[in-house]
Amino acid sequence: MKVLLRNPRRELDIPGPRRVHALLADLELNRESHLVIRNGTLVPSDELLADADTVEIRPVISGGAL
Amino acid sequence: MKCRVCREPAVIDVPRHNANFCGQHFLDMCRRQVMKAIDDFDMLSKDDKILIAVSGGKDSLAVWDMLGDLGYQADGLYIGLGIGEYSDVSGEYAQRFADERGLTLITVSLREEYGYDVPTATVATRRVPCSACGMSKRHLFDKAAIDGGYSVLVTGHNLDDEAAVLYGNTLRWELEYLARQLPTLPARNGFPKKVKPLVRLSERETAAWCVIRGIDYLVEECPIAAGNRHLGFKDALNTIETASPGTKTAFYLNFVEKVAPLFAAYALPDDVELRPCTECGSPTTGQVCAFCNLATKARAHEPVPVELITGRGARRR
Ligand code: SF4
Ligand SMILES: [Zn+2]
Ligand SMILES: [Zn+2]
Repeated sequence: MKVLLRNPRRELDIPGPRRVHALLADLELNRESHLVIRNGTLVPSDELLADADTVEIRPVISGGAL
Repeated sequence: MKCRVCREPAVIDVPRHNANFCGQHFLDMCRRQVMKAIDDFDMLSKDDKILIAVSGGKDSLAVWDMLGDLGYQADGLYIGLGIGEYSDVSGEYAQRFADERGLTLITVSLREEYGYDVPTATVATRRVPCSACGMSKRHLFDKAAIDGGYSVLVTGHNLDDEAAVLYGNTLRWELEYLARQLPTLPARNGFPKKVKPLVRLSERETAAWCVIRGIDYLVEECPIAAGNRHLGFKDALNTIETASPGTKTAFYLNFVEKVAPLFAAYALPDDVELRPCTECGSPTTGQVCAFCNLATKARAHEPVPVELITGRGARRR
């Protein structure tokens, strides 16, 4: 599957099928600080992602003194 | 996974509530959390004239959207900080959000109206960037709220922001800051009332609100933020949260309820004598306020490009 990562923007190719939580764990990304979006729709952590899917892993943590 | 409410397929799992939700019921959960915060901390009434500090990021657009959704009328204020391309793009997101919904967005440009920008102020004052930036923003938000006759200033601070600041202040036992770290600060001494309606929602939840509601926000981070202290605290707290869901909520909300009152005596007294700044009229303890001092120094300095700041040992995530 195609995986789009942000900050900085980059794309990875990762073999599917794979569950969302396993994908995050493989990439060493914390589930608290990321959302996974497939075709514009959020998917929960037990969702099975297919090899043909394109997914975005979006970080949600903002920095800065506010 | 199925939605806890309707048993339809879930789009998000929320471990701290030990629940999964479909889009609609996730939004309902967010609305309930925001209404509870507004209620518990006496934040807003429907008669308030509300000004929202808008950055173009997920939290400020989410809070603007949610308040409208809950029947509050609010204007936005965007400050052009002059942080290179980041500022240009974030301003476009804020403006587009307002235009698409027929909302009023007031815009202030540091460079055009005050003759400096954040990178230049950072170098001119030799402070960390977020300090010069934060001071400028606070001053201009306060001023716009008072000058515009707004009864309350809303910011998009979420649970993670507040927990991270609390963590930092606790590690150092900064009692004065702890005494003031509340979701609602009443108006006083010429400063507007300030409220944070998103304190019961995590960052992941405010971002999910935006995705589900189709809000296009700036995902890219401020290039200067990388490496700042708060990000480290957020990382640390999220590691704990993953192992023990609900910890961030308990840490922050129990602080507000049980601990902050114990520190009240350490807050700066209400009756310190303030007088109008001789340059801008804002309340200050001295002759000239801290903002005007900063602006004067920064204006005298030649413009500094943002790359000069971000090139300095910034940590990329
Ligand atoms: S991260 Fe720091 S410099 Fe960037 S906008 Fe936020 S406060 Fe300003
Ligand atoms: Zn549902
Ligand atoms: Zn002043």
